Amino acid sequence: MAIKPRVKVPKSVAAGEYFTVKTLINHKMESGQRKDKEGNKIPRKIINLFEANFNGENVITVNVEPAVSTNPFFEFQMKIEAAGDLAFKWTDDDGSVYETSKPIAIG
Amino acid sequence: MKKITKSILAGGMLALSLGFATQANEPTDAVMTIDGVTIPTHVKAPAGSPLPELFSGWVFRSTETQAMQLDDFDNPGMIFVDQAWETWSTPEGSAGKSCADCHGEPESFAGLRAVMPKWNEAAGEVYTLEDYINESRVKYMGADKWKYSGGKMAAMVALISLQSRGDIINVKTDGPAAATWEKGKEIYYTRVGQLDMSCANCHEDNYGVMIRADHLSQGQLNGFPAYRLKNAKLNTAQGRFKGCMKNIRATPYKVGGEEFRALQFYVASRGNGLPIEGPSVRN
Amino acid sequence: MNLSRRQTLALGGAAVTVTLLPISFAQAATDDAAAIIAEFTGGAAVGEGDIELTAPEIAENGNTVPMKMAAPGAASIMLVATGNPTPRVMVAHFGASAESRLSTRIRLAGTQDVIAVAKLADGSFIQSSKSVKVTIGGCGG
Repeated sequence: MAIKPRVKVPKSVAAGEYFTVKTLINHKMESGQRKDKEGNKIPRKIINLFEANFNGENVITVNVEPAVSTNPFFEFQMKIEAAGDLAFKWTDDDGSVYETSKPIAIG
Repeated sequence: MKKITKSILAGGMLALSLGFATQANEPTDAVMTIDGVTIPTHVKAPAGSPLPELFSGWVFRSTETQAMQLDDFDNPGMIFVDQAWETWSTPEGSAGKSCADCHGEPESFAGLRAVMPKWNEAAGEVYTLEDYINESRVKYMGADKWKYSGGKMAAMVALISLQSRGDIINVKTDGPAAATWEKGKEIYYTRVGQLDMSCANCHEDNYGVMIRADHLSQGQLNGFPAYRLKNAKLNTAQGRFKGCMKNIRATPYKVGGEEFRALQFYVASRGNGLPIEGPSVRN
Repeated sequence: MNLSRRQTLALGGAAVTVTLLPISFAQAATDDAAAIIAEFTGGAAVGEGDIELTAPEIAENGNTVPMKMAAPGAASIMLVATGNPTPRVMVAHFGASAESRLSTRIRLAGTQDVIAVAKLADGSFIQSSKSVKVTIGGCGG
């Protein structure tokens, strides 16, 4: 199945007040520790970096290791002063990048 | 009430002997609220039930695992529901049709999961939801059957189950379905495998009791498909049956075969009275 | 030499013990964790302070263990699982608009201590640790 990020972001928030953002992406997070039926190591393939930027400014960056569970989940709190776009980016070991963004209004 | 007392005692003893905080697995009057919808997880058993009262498997889980099911975003099983949404409207097979072409929105199946499996008059046998899906694929879409317990099947069953969230299970076991129900019942109570155990030994006689570090559930199907923390994917009822049989060192019946289909029918009927909550989160 | 089944088993057990004792795997991993934390702190002393690590006392399955970490004002927080074959879990860096807290789900190879180390705005470090018991499911899985 295609890798598709899911994010939960409020449509509008009060300026300067913290709100919750949740993200979940379907990814095996193959740790590189497992072996296949023939005893060969299954190569590592994980999301190694997660970033969220609001209007181009970094909100959170997470360097991710294989110890993060399958279907990585991140929940964080942030605040904004003005409306804009919250952009999410997940970087895969194979170089693939999965992105999505959500507009947030002040109201 | 005997069973509950037992389970609270077991939990209490664990807490005492190991100095742990209480595991908050008190099964009485547990209610879950998912996105504002309140779903009872403990109900009186209907007349004739082999169980004095019915518990969703949710009540036997730890606080953290329970919490994961209380928000559809936190529930990783919803990833697969999303995928099934896409599959729903994607044409497949020689007829060039998608599920949506005949059924419109998945909402059109509201309530269906709560009466499954059921007698299929045209086929002359009891059909599970999985059977209906594969029949549709072959007969109307001209597509290949899905693997009975595979990812695509589990995801589609989850999407359809979600449309019946909170609906009370009402599996009809009489009439022409009775013979299959009896067969399923016989399988349920028959000891098999090197450990010489039946389904009932754990899930009827000992639910609420610890099995190693785990609480045994009633083995209800209302939460299926279930996202298991163990394998990080949706698991179907028959996939779980297979796992159970391996655990008791028995040779599992064939997934999608006559025995497991009868067993799924019978076990589903033991949940008559409990609300549907699939896709659930379990350990 | 004629050995009974029981004697053979006992010998086998002894051999396993001998092999494992000199370098206990868990011990090696803990040392590794200390080195990883030292790398993060640049060798600076790590104190105690306003840092919170929330984890279940008993995890029902080591594959998916919910974790919350929070350290008000921290620029970044590192999470280390001391008993994992590779103890690094993650490092989170917080921008000006984020509160210094993060919830996630991680893998734990067994019962162990998990450590969160926060780098505060003034460059100092504080840590908190939690012991998590990872259980094996009733039916061996």
